[in-house]
Amino acid sequence: MTQLLDPQELQDTLEQIARAIAGAAPRNAPVAIVGIRRRGETLAKRLLPLLERTGRRADHYGVLDITLYRDDLTAIGPSAVVRGTEIDFDITDTWLVLVDDVLHTGRSIRAALDALTDFGRPRAIRLAVLIDRGGRELPIQPDFVGLHTDTEPHHDVRVKLTEVDGADEVELHDRSDDSGSAGVPPAATRRG
Amino acid sequence: MTAAPTDRALWTRKDLLTLAELSQAEILHVLDTAQGFQEVSTRSVKKVPALRGRVVVNMFFEDSTRTRMSFELAAQRLSADVIDFAEKMSSTQKGETLLDTARNIEAMGVDIMVLRHPAAGAALHLARSVNCCVVNAGDGQHAHPTQGLLDLFTIRERKGRIAGLNVAIVGDIVHSRVARSDLRGLQKLGANVTLVGPATLVPKTFETLGARVTHDFDAILPEMDVINMLRIQKERMTDSGFPSVREYVHMYGMNRDRLRRCKPDVLIMHPGPVNRGIELAADVADGPHSSILRQVTNGLAVRMAVLFLCQQANSAPDRE
Repeated sequence: MTQLLDPQELQDTLEQIARAIAGAAPRNAPVAIVGIRRRGETLAKRLLPLLERTGRRADHYGVLDITLYRDDLTAIGPSAVVRGTEIDFDITDTWLVLVDDVLHTGRSIRAALDALTDFGRPRAIRLAVLIDRGGRELPIQPDFVGLHTDTEPHHDVRVKLTEVDGADEVELHDRSDDSGSAGVPPAATRRG
Repeated sequence: MTAAPTDRALWTRKDLLTLAELSQAEILHVLDTAQGFQEVSTRSVKKVPALRGRVVVNMFFEDSTRTRMSFELAAQRLSADVIDFAEKMSSTQKGETLLDTARNIEAMGVDIMVLRHPAAGAALHLARSVNCCVVNAGDGQHAHPTQGLLDLFTIRERKGRIAGLNVAIVGDIVHSRVARSDLRGLQKLGANVTLVGPATLVPKTFETLGARVTHDFDAILPEMDVINMLRIQKERMTDSGFPSVREYVHMYGMNRDRLRRCKPDVLIMHPGPVNRGIELAADVADGPHSSILRQVTNGLAVRMAVLFLCQQANSAPDRE
């Protein structure tokens, strides 16, 4: 197991993402921050005060549940938990930043883009991720990245956040050698 | 982000047949999932692609307007294709004919069958004979699980909880599949259920199911948090054992006077369609205590959740 970010580094990384978003946000369009359930939602919520501190506060905040749009619904089977989307503003003509914890194959983002299309037509959609671990299967690229790290398919990148997991950190696990944690990763998708 | 296949499956059933066989956790999982689906109906595009490419067939061997429409709309909002099996069947053709019909329909590549049938146990019978999902939309006097679930959903939505609530179910209990499904669901979630009606329609034998039975509606009014008024089936009014309409309204009809003697926040429910002026006075049905239309709205979300969960369980690769 390798630690990719400790609590302080995670905080610094989020501040850096917030500054980058603020720097790129257009003056003449409302800024919407939309987190993907579940850790993207938490990160998006944390970005709000950080953005405010840069002087460019977000005009809207929302949460997207992409479960019903996934192309691997069959593979994840009955463990999929539908929690619902909370977007109570009109996304049309907003400058919308989609927030997720880890970008890997790009399939979650593909699903998120499909879901957003059902809500309206933003002026632009940007993508912010805490970790870009490579391994894309679709032509999708992030606009704001906290940390880029190249990983192998047998690696697990586990983002833990205090609100969900009780602690802040990002770890890289190797499933091929680490027999001690061959079981259920505790930070997976438990309901709170 | 990768899928997390590690979460324990919360729902593994390909069929929904009765609430009696569900655990408390399973019932709560359906309600929570329905909560997630509620929002879909408030969007401008009221559709999600979760069941795209799947086929749902409505097989109704009994008349129904709202349940059938509700299932149809639920399937459409999940992007499934919906077909209607509309043939009228005589009761003598039950049994093998139902299975033959179902197997023929399944052979066309159907994923989910929604069955309403006058014979109790028809859905179970069907579920054992086909590989596709079967959702019971009412079988005889046995069960109507999605009605039970939407009633639970509505109570939880309005009251914030179900455990510890005093709930009365009033009317023709003995012939009612809604009453049976409500009773099972409410008991599993910890409510105290009282069954109310004339002795011929609410026999004391129901006490063996753990419910309180009373024939005195007025006596229990002040303690109830929820009162579910069942529809009086007028076609049964000629049966022996059924009181006259006037007598029934006098003893068991919910009206303004009775409402005044209830808790101020009592919830009045009805599975519809309402016989105005019989089990429910018009002003109560349309008043602020009534959740009748909300039940219909919630029914859509509950049925979306049921179709989604059963299909998911049936298409998941085998685990363990």
